[in-house]
Amino acid sequence: MTTQTEEKFIGTTRKVTAHQTQNEGLSFEKSAPGKKAYRLPPLDVPEVDPSALLGEARRSHNAELPELSEIEIIRHFTRLSTWNYAIDLGMYPLGSCTMKYNPRVNEFVSRLEGIAEAHPYQPESLSQGSLGIIRLLQQCLLEITGMDAITLQPAAGAHGEFTGILLVRAYHQAKGNPRRNVIIPDSAHGTNPATAAVCGYDVVNFKSNAQGGIDVEALAQAVNEDTAALMLTNPSTIGVFENEIHRIADILHSKGALLYMDGANMNALCGKTRPGDFGVDVMHLNLHKTFSTPHGGGGPGSGPVACKKILEPYLPIPVVEQGSDGLLHLNYDRPQSVGRVRAFYGNFGMFVRALAYTLANGPDGLRQTTEDAVLNANYIRKKLEDLYELPYNTPSMHEVVFSDRRQLRNGVRTGDIAKRLIDYGFHPYTVSFPLIVPGALMIEPTESESREELDLFVDAMRQIAREVEENPQLVLDAPHSTRVSRLDETTAARKPVLRWRKP
Amino acid sequence: MRYLPKSDAERAAMLREIGVSSIDDLFAIIPEEYRLTRDLAIPRQMGESEIVDHFKAAAARNANGYASFLGAGVYRHYRPVLIDTIVQRGEFLTSYTPYQAEITQGTLQAIFEFQTMICELTGMEIANASMYDGSTGAAEAAMMALRITGRDDVLVARSVHPEYREVMHTYAQHREAASGRATREIAYDPESGRIDLAALDEAVTDRTACVLVQSPNFFGVIEDIPAIAEIAHNKGALLIVSIAEAISLGIVRPPVEADIVAMEAQSYGVAPSYGGPFCGVIAAKEKYLRQMPGRLVGETKDTRGRRGFVLTLSTREQHIRREKATSNICTNQALVALMATVFMTVYGKEGIKDLALQNLAKAGYAAKTLGAQGKLLFAGSPRFNEFVLQTDEAPEQLNARLLEQKIIGGVALERWYPELGNATLWCATELTARQQIDQAAAVLAQAPATAAAR
Repeated sequence: MTTQTEEKFIGTTRKVTAHQTQNEGLSFEKSAPGKKAYRLPPLDVPEVDPSALLGEARRSHNAELPELSEIEIIRHFTRLSTWNYAIDLGMYPLGSCTMKYNPRVNEFVSRLEGIAEAHPYQPESLSQGSLGIIRLLQQCLLEITGMDAITLQPAAGAHGEFTGILLVRAYHQAKGNPRRNVIIPDSAHGTNPATAAVCGYDVVNFKSNAQGGIDVEALAQAVNEDTAALMLTNPSTIGVFENEIHRIADILHSKGALLYMDGANMNALCGKTRPGDFGVDVMHLNLHKTFSTPHGGGGPGSGPVACKKILEPYLPIPVVEQGSDGLLHLNYDRPQSVGRVRAFYGNFGMFVRALAYTLANGPDGLRQTTEDAVLNANYIRKKLEDLYELPYNTPSMHEVVFSDRRQLRNGVRTGDIAKRLIDYGFHPYTVSFPLIVPGALMIEPTESESREELDLFVDAMRQIAREVEENPQLVLDAPHSTRVSRLDETTAARKPVLRWRKP
Repeated sequence: MRYLPKSDAERAAMLREIGVSSIDDLFAIIPEEYRLTRDLAIPRQMGESEIVDHFKAAAARNANGYASFLGAGVYRHYRPVLIDTIVQRGEFLTSYTPYQAEITQGTLQAIFEFQTMICELTGMEIANASMYDGSTGAAEAAMMALRITGRDDVLVARSVHPEYREVMHTYAQHREAASGRATREIAYDPESGRIDLAALDEAVTDRTACVLVQSPNFFGVIEDIPAIAEIAHNKGALLIVSIAEAISLGIVRPPVEADIVAMEAQSYGVAPSYGGPFCGVIAAKEKYLRQMPGRLVGETKDTRGRRGFVLTLSTREQHIRREKATSNICTNQALVALMATVFMTVYGKEGIKDLALQNLAKAGYAAKTLGAQGKLLFAGSPRFNEFVLQTDEAPEQLNARLLEQKIIGGVALERWYPELGNATLWCATELTARQQIDQAAAVLAQAPATAAAR
């Protein structure tokens, strides 16, 4: 922590104490010719002459990969790992990201030999275990969402959106006209408009009402025969349930349009209410959010798409079906399918983890999980609403969104508070999103936080609020405790250095 | 529920502090008719040992103890123990996308190393932080070429993985409906198994945005990249090379003439896992940087001049550009890219070549040994670790006989290439033992004389 010459307020970081981390260069910088971390077994077949076999297709120079020994590699990546913050270290309150505990039994079972070594083209008779996992997870997700049919093929949330909107397109096309527009609220994730555009739709940006939700009267005006769908996040990105959801669905359906739900915030709903019951036609889930598969520094994810009966014919191929022989099969014979969105069957390893999570919870556990997630968000709201501005006073579900309006009077923005939070031992909340809240602080604690951890977070946020009043420069210069201070993103973008080169 | 860190007393106390009398008050905004008042009809809560038993039982219903000659886009290679040791560290496993650079330097530096190694292996100048997989990477690469050239035609070799082509078709269908220009598939030469260069030359026009080939292609044959590049570039089209078997880059000449490489890095230490998660990646010439989809990590300095890494050029991406983004991709395959990074580091400069050489030798032996029991197709073309075998016996019967000996034979090609008749695609890697190859050949040799189904 920087030392201040004047006696200004500096908060006490109760959760963390500074300690040393190891310095570590790039693997290339540690490389030396002849060092090895591998040994291949002796070849049990005759050696071959690559020049004779490959001719001009033979590689002439080795790729400049590093040459290191095993101990150096372990140290290299272990040292790097200690520079990361992680759920395993503490609360990770990124709004909309649902950074919950990633159970280790999920990792264990996904690595069982018969599961990890399964090849997608091995015979169906030798894939009944894999197909059974797919089948059971599908059944669970259908029950949880209240939908009729599902595909697990999409590799991530945005890929699920893409698949879902393709289903919408195919549905309208089958009626003779794919329609032109997708309506997207201004509070939506960026993937929503990007997806609609990738699927060839014009985006109609739709302004949220004074409560941050859908203006139902305006929607009734906006929806017409050109509308293919509304992409709605529910609860919304400010953590509010669209309580007029049934009217929204009715408005769309009356014009033949469909209701797409972005399931990013499904952690607020599991076991308490079901999208299929409140009028949603098609939605995606994020197994890496709601169903505890690890984010892994940015992926892999998995984005199953669930839909109503009317969209089932268009689901990607193949679909898993039970035959009259009692065995599970992959059915490719689906003439109305939108086609494949990914090779093979999706991020299967994530299905294993999501199913393990679902089995660990059961119906009572999932409901309790949802309740605790909502309880935690409301607790934080209650403990901070006197110091941070609540732009919308509507009831919060699993996340709470504040704004930096009060802190801005001292020149401190949400991004600065976020950086200061790092010094207190927490990962920042989501910064500057949703776009409808200027200077947003979007906080999603998830169910995984104990009261003790929440209280430490609240304490940190309250001390930062005081620092903003009494010592704003301290916050503006944060973080003070990390290996690197704020990084020059402008130069990074202006003169991109995207790979290492030998000096 | 054992994952939830609260006692009922704590819950009650928190509710009191919030100022509500029961948890249901916090759900009151949900209209009553939509509140679920029953238990979900899913299996009951299980103990950890029950969960392990459940999945062990599932694993037992899959193939166990079989020798396998399956490849076709998913490859069985040895995965050094270091990989799992490192990716199971919670600091990597349970970290988010590294938007907050100060506390994610570990992930960021690892991705920077990944990007560098992918550039080195592919001969490209830039590489992104990963895509979902090889198939979606190919589709995204084609869309990238359309944006770069402003043209509207895509040509794809029929020797590209059939499922990759299907995904490209799915991605393209609405665009094609709008432009009236369908993706065209270019035939392969029946002798060489390589793309038909004359047919390609004829098909490329000044409306062609790109030519996409796979090398080694779906038949395991290495394409003549310089020749294909010349044909494409003569008409101002881009060349995209898809690589499904990344180990090939240890010994096969990188496609340096390509403008874009769309790769699947599953071979670099990633389990087959019934088809995913894998690790796609797009690499390209630097001049196409602004049209690159996906995340990129760049080097920079902090306020005190120390080296650090950040996600950069995000103005291409959906969270900034929304409907004008280069792609809708958000989540990628970061942890799988880390597996690949550890793999590439373990094998290193010499190891990746040694490993590729072993694959070449094993597949060469297998092609010779199994080829003696049938007809080796495209025998005169350079191959890596896969080959196509044509037999008198129908693949279904052949594979049934192999299964009896606990051998999973080659993938039957008929559903995608009916013209090849009784053809199967075989793969041998460094993990394939000579004895397994010999045993498979012995089974092939016992083909019933009456089984001539052709």
